[in-house]
Amino acid sequence: MKKYYLGIDLGSTTSKAVIVNETDEIVGRGITNTRANYKVAADIAREQAIYDARFNLIEKKMKESIADMPEFKTYMKDLRSVFQYCQFRRRMDSLADMLIKTASESTHPEKDTIVERLRAIIAVIRPQMRHEFIHEGLGSKNQFFRDIVSEKYNSEVGKMEPKFYEPLMLAFDKSITPIENEMVEYNFKDLVLEAMDILEEKYKGLADMQEDGSKEDWYYSEMNAMKNQYKKIGHTLHSHIEEIADEEIYIAKMVGTGYGRALLPFPEDCIKSEILCHAFGAHAVFPNTRTVLDIGGQDTKAIQVDKYGLVTSFHMNDRCAAGCGRYLGYIADEFGLSLNELGPEANKAKKETTICSTCTVFAGAEIKELLHNGEQKPDILAGLHKSIVQRAMSLIARSGGVKNEFTFTGGVARNEAVLKYVKQMVIDSYGEVTMNIHTDSIFMGALGGAMFARRNISADLPQGTMVRETGGEVS
Amino acid sequence: MAPQDVIKERSMILQKEMIEGLFNDLEKAHETGKKVCYTFVPGNLSELIRTFDMLPVYPEINALQSAMRKKSAAYIKEAERHAHSEDVCTYVKCDVGMLMKGNIGPTGQKLPPPDILLLSYTGCFTFMKWFETLKREYPNAEVVMIHTPYQEGGKMTPEMINYMVKQMHEEVIPKMERVSGVKYDENKLKKILEFSKEAEDWITKIFETPKHKPSPIDAYFAGVYYIGPINIGFRGTPEAVEYYKELYSEIQERIRLGLGPVTPEGEMKEEKFRLVVEGPPNWTSFREFWKIFYDMGAVIVASSYTKVGGVYDLGWRHDPEKPLQSLAEYCMNCYTNLNIPQRIDLLTKCIEEYQADGYVTNSIKSCNSFSAGQLAMMREIEDKLEIPVGFIESDLVDPRYFSYSNIKNRLESYFQMLSQRKMMEAEEAH
Ligand code: SF4
Repeated sequence: MKKYYLGIDLGSTTSKAVIVNETDEIVGRGITNTRANYKVAADIAREQAIYDARFNLIEKKMKESIADMPEFKTYMKDLRSVFQYCQFRRRMDSLADMLIKTASESTHPEKDTIVERLRAIIAVIRPQMRHEFIHEGLGSKNQFFRDIVSEKYNSEVGKMEPKFYEPLMLAFDKSITPIENEMVEYNFKDLVLEAMDILEEKYKGLADMQEDGSKEDWYYSEMNAMKNQYKKIGHTLHSHIEEIADEEIYIAKMVGTGYGRALLPFPEDCIKSEILCHAFGAHAVFPNTRTVLDIGGQDTKAIQVDKYGLVTSFHMNDRCAAGCGRYLGYIADEFGLSLNELGPEANKAKKETTICSTCTVFAGAEIKELLHNGEQKPDILAGLHKSIVQRAMSLIARSGGVKNEFTFTGGVARNEAVLKYVKQMVIDSYGEVTMNIHTDSIFMGALGGAMFARRNISADLPQGTMVRETGGEVS
Repeated sequence: MAPQDVIKERSMILQKEMIEGLFNDLEKAHETGKKVCYTFVPGNLSELIRTFDMLPVYPEINALQSAMRKKSAAYIKEAERHAHSEDVCTYVKCDVGMLMKGNIGPTGQKLPPPDILLLSYTGCFTFMKWFETLKREYPNAEVVMIHTPYQEGGKMTPEMINYMVKQMHEEVIPKMERVSGVKYDENKLKKILEFSKEAEDWITKIFETPKHKPSPIDAYFAGVYYIGPINIGFRGTPEAVEYYKELYSEIQERIRLGLGPVTPEGEMKEEKFRLVVEGPPNWTSFREFWKIFYDMGAVIVASSYTKVGGVYDLGWRHDPEKPLQSLAEYCMNCYTNLNIPQRIDLLTKCIEEYQADGYVTNSIKSCNSFSAGQLAMMREIEDKLEIPVGFIESDLVDPRYFSYSNIKNRLESYFQMLSQRKMMEAEEAH
């Protein structure tokens, strides 16, 4: 039997899981937002990684067809998205029930009307989401259940009478957490087959040409090809799916890391510091890495590693989460933006407003004051991003500076404004060094964990070849 | 607190008796007519104080004892209520707060006010401000300051020694005579210094025992208890000599039995890591702090903190034949008065001779004196010895500045890093 190894990185905002095979090759990845219940978050991330692994295995089997025929590629991409939708829909059903239940049990004088409004909202957002998953690839946008639903829900609530605003929001807040904390295990095969049925519907309905000439599905040549091919692709897939779905993904060992690692129900020797895991993961992907900067939700770490990927020294932020991902979340709330919008907004700045406080508690007041003084939102945001990076740079300096090559990991590496300042400041202080920023930087800790798991922690270090995952690194 | 709860060895009982005796004497100072001298640990002139039959009070020691008894938070708050800034050394605020709340010392007995404030200035400017504050509170106290030249050039010159001896003749001794009503008696001082020298020989031998593997003691967490008597005024006494002799023979017995250090939870079973630590410990969570180390099998084989009261490793001793000169040399030779290269040399020597696996710095938020240069020292040691270094941050006696999870996270990562290193080294040796 093939053996796989799992790394789980339980961060304060997201939980990541990575599965590697016996040659350290990544076979699956899963991510979920971390809820109060770390155990559930870890389980969900692991399940996601296993599904991802199965898809990857299927794709591996069909490598040639996928490479030669674009329609296969499109089909697989669609299939993943719709597969996610099928999971999503189950969760959505539970949420709908819970919302109705919560509202019905409330003591609000107009609770019947509220329930009625709720039903109306659900009736609107359900097909919206279905459409986005099936036709617009929502599944590939890295968004979590809570974010997708709440965005749509909030916008519908906004259209209702103002007096229902409070009770409707309350019903949502009360219902979402228990649903998120519910661990639902799906049958992979059932779900894939269900997804294939949905796809069949989609492709069957493809028009040759939209009547109004708008850019719809027909626009893509692959889609056009799909129109006549999907049955054949489906057929080819079936046998692979049967085989892979029945294959046991045997997790021989696992290692937990991250902020919440102590809460994982793992034996002590399967818990490893995130500093070591991040460094090991980053080094595996970029074997020449000597300095790693990891900005996560709760902490920032500057790490120096040797040629084996082992940590030689590190520095972390002081007690509070000032200047970490949490701080960005707080700033986003303060400006009424989503986390994803922060970076682009900051990059619109014409100048950087000087920000004195990277303290989560004081920043809010400072922002209000600056807005009051007429400072522009993008300029303030740019200042905030810059100050975060400045803090990170002082940690790097304390840990011994940037050595060639430099790798930036952690969730915050997704923020383009942070990225811009990191590049700028590293070059300013340390000259031209090779900078690695992987699109999967958020998974580095989990990858390192999985790799440690494969080594059974105490065995065969250092090891030889690391398989570099294909994927869009930006350097 | 700490090791005492576990096994009461004779040395611990001796120490307890000594300290209780001192606080009893302090409580009765008014009745017995004994004069009281407040002074600091680094470069303390306790032999001189003793020559004049005065009783010493060490504000830093009171502060750290208050912290261990969980009283420092309230004292600090009290001081801050009286407009003492948040960033000031927390020993100072703890002391000032204690004073404002009735000056009840660590044993629960009231401390007498000072008759004299003796400031031996050794490297920390805060000392001066601290005693300025105390002078305002105790306007009747005499203030005497002995200025200790910093060893910037890395050595003590005859001029520096003369400069200090001159201050003693012209300033310190006359004022102490006046306050105590006792005439300076050099022969008495010489006799006291005999005992100092002897105690110093013993304590050096004690702090050399961690060269054994496994180390029989923890030279930081238990070490702070061992330096108690020599730091708080017993240096020139036969009791101190007796205490250290006893302690030494107890440790010899541990070595004979192949035992590791005693921790608050009993014997440490396996010595996994040997470390050298720089910087004072955190006192408010002393036990939790220590526990992180012993749970991981980490023993501190040497520390700079246990040298703040005097650096004896390099062979320096009080010399009864040159009493005032040797007091001067003692002040200049204390750890906080050494320049950075000297400190690095000292630590390097410890790491090498005690065969440490790692070097950890505990940087104290409110102590500028220790923190300045610490990072540079760490870097240099890391480069020179290629030894894994760790860095944590806490505070002396302000519980607000001790984040257990943050420190634990860092130390855990550090220990995991050390074990990886060890594994690799073992592999390479194959
Ligand atoms: S600042 Fe440091 S050296 Fe100075 S009194 Fe405070 S603790 Fe002691």
